[in-house]
Amino acid sequence: MNKLNGIRLKHRKNTENSHTEVFPIPKKVKIPMSMTMGAPCTPLVKIGDEVKVGQKIGDSEAAFSAPIHSGVSGKVTAISDYRTAMGAVCKALEIETDGLQTLSEDIRPPEISDKESFIKAVRESGVCGLGGAGFPTHIKLNPKTPIDTLIINGAECEPYITADYREMIENSDDVIGGIKLVKTQLGIKNAKLAIEANKPEAIKKFTEMADNDDTIDIITLPSSYPQGAEKVIIYNSTGRIVKEGELPSDEGVIVLNVSTVAFIYRYVKTGMPLVSRRLTIDGNAVKEPKNVSTVIGTSFRELLEFCKTDLDSLKKVVAGGPMMGMSVPDIDMPVVKTSNALLAFDSYDNRSTSACIRCGRCVRVCPLGLMPADIDKAYKIKNIEELKTLKVTLCMNCGSCTYVCPANRKLAETNQLAKALIPRK
Amino acid sequence: MNKLIVSPSPHDDNYVKTSKIMLNVIIALIPALCVGCYFFGWRVISLTSVCVASCMIFEYLCRRIMKRSNTITDLSAVVTGVILAMNLPVTLPYWMAVIGCFVAIVVVKQLFGGLGQNFANPAITARIVLMVSFPSAMTHWIKPLEYQYDAVSSATPLALESSGADSLPSYLDLLLGKVGGCLGETCALALLAGGLYLAARKIISLAAPISFIGSLALLTAVSGGDPIYHILAGGVFLGAFFMATDYATTPITTKGKIVFGLGCGIITFVIRRFGSYPEGVSFSILIMNVLTPYIEQLTRTKVFGAKEAVKNEG
Repeated sequence: MNKLNGIRLKHRKNTENSHTEVFPIPKKVKIPMSMTMGAPCTPLVKIGDEVKVGQKIGDSEAAFSAPIHSGVSGKVTAISDYRTAMGAVCKALEIETDGLQTLSEDIRPPEISDKESFIKAVRESGVCGLGGAGFPTHIKLNPKTPIDTLIINGAECEPYITADYREMIENSDDVIGGIKLVKTQLGIKNAKLAIEANKPEAIKKFTEMADNDDTIDIITLPSSYPQGAEKVIIYNSTGRIVKEGELPSDEGVIVLNVSTVAFIYRYVKTGMPLVSRRLTIDGNAVKEPKNVSTVIGTSFRELLEFCKTDLDSLKKVVAGGPMMGMSVPDIDMPVVKTSNALLAFDSYDNRSTSACIRCGRCVRVCPLGLMPADIDKAYKIKNIEELKTLKVTLCMNCGSCTYVCPANRKLAETNQLAKALIPRK
Repeated sequence: MNKLIVSPSPHDDNYVKTSKIMLNVIIALIPALCVGCYFFGWRVISLTSVCVASCMIFEYLCRRIMKRSNTITDLSAVVTGVILAMNLPVTLPYWMAVIGCFVAIVVVKQLFGGLGQNFANPAITARIVLMVSFPSAMTHWIKPLEYQYDAVSSATPLALESSGADSLPSYLDLLLGKVGGCLGETCALALLAGGLYLAARKIISLAAPISFIGSLALLTAVSGGDPIYHILAGGVFLGAFFMATDYATTPITTKGKIVFGLGCGIITFVIRRFGSYPEGVSFSILIMNVLTPYIEQLTRTKVFGAKEAVKNEG
């Protein structure tokens, strides 16, 4: 088995030992109607309506979507246009909370009798990939091809972020319970929980817990970025290669994030949909880095203040990890389903870009064996045939090439621009 | 509050810059320069200084005239200056060295677009141009430790061997550099140390040097020559570690680097064995530089999970 390229990053897991703190219910929340991949939701409530905790407030007819629930009780005060960090425009509900946190009558454990009802329940929970990509989970759980292996992604390979790690340490029973649940409901034979070597405590804990169950393997991944990327984790835990144009399910594999699987277990037990989540708050402008659990819709500003951040010094705020996260234009944006981290920095990289010296570092680090330096050249002259030969469409934007470039060339960005030049079939 | 900066990911980098890489190359060249100084005297310092200064001035002026950004601070011109100086005999008149720098920086590097764009190694090309233009000045070697710059020319180890001299320099003299030759190419040990330093800092890959030196040794042995003598003599180590590893003019992938090194080894052997010109290493690197784009086309990486592209040409 060949070793895939990767880079050693400074882990900066400053918050790995910070027990999750529950953020108090804010006075106001703002809930965008597009938080996952797929179709945006239509609001199910009007301005002036009272909502309760767990009440469904947005849904879509489209199959490729996930419903949205309120995490607070209170009154809808506004429905406005909202631009997501991805740049899409959707509606957002603003809810003034009453502080009572009255539970909705709809909250009850879902009735699950077979695979269909399980997948339906997962959709109703509103869950999506909690690792950051936000793929609606119920779609993943319903592939066309037979699945023999469930991979649980506990790599958390991005620097700073420890949200999944805290899930594994604090809620390890939910993780194992979730793995067993999904395995049983979908009739999958084996499960592999893959964790990066920089989390020895989690590896030890789960190895002990899964000791008497030989259908659950605990896999130690090397500490090299990007272990958590879907194709990389599948290859490193099963040796299977997801080929160009294929889905993981074509290779008989489903990959779920560790927090996602633990959430599904809790949902099936309690019926409480996805209305809150844990995120890591860190970065050099944050004086007290923390793991915080908060309702979806809480503004970044309040969370940064909660972690004693000097807001005046902020230069860059990133939703997600430093390698693949999105820098946001303002801190009044809310926590969404996919927010696994909030990083605040008082500096940013303002080095200018210089000529490519052809050192080949980008080629050496690309986990997929792409040649970013050549793609950069081909993009410059808009040579589409060459870009196709170089397989730029396979780039997953992990950012390793830009990270190592001594000329500070924005290679990952160029790859994304180059992809757009290639006509889709 | 300040305006927040919005930019595409990643939002972090490893802070290795072009200038830092170049600085490390300069550091790696220092041992060989010091040994050169010890054996060939003060003129090593003055000739190297002239080369570095003129390379920097040419680089600055050229960029200025072409209305391009100033690239002095990336230190690549300094590296070219030092490597070129190391490829010259210590007695070379300064004005000839300046012509070499002009060829290296202006003709080979900047006219082709500057750093990273040149098709041939600037220092090698300059050495060959000087060799062809001033053959006697470029082959005036002095005896080590005598510091007699006006003395009658001595001979390089390879010239001694091909002339069938009775006493050849010992392996130890070749390792330490106590032989006639260009001011930075004689001490194999110092060059090896510099090369290993760069490899340890992950600045160069040893693929090309190993395949270069290895194939040359093998071919020499097979043809009945003395492989150790041949790899230690005549600039093989300088070429293999510092010029066959040049980023811009050698292939990017490991496969490509191995092919490049093999080509260098074979051509060096052929020139030394059958040619009448004493420039095996320089010519082999230059020829392989020219072939690099073709090697690159044939030695691209295999993309993980990629399906064969459907060829539809024309």
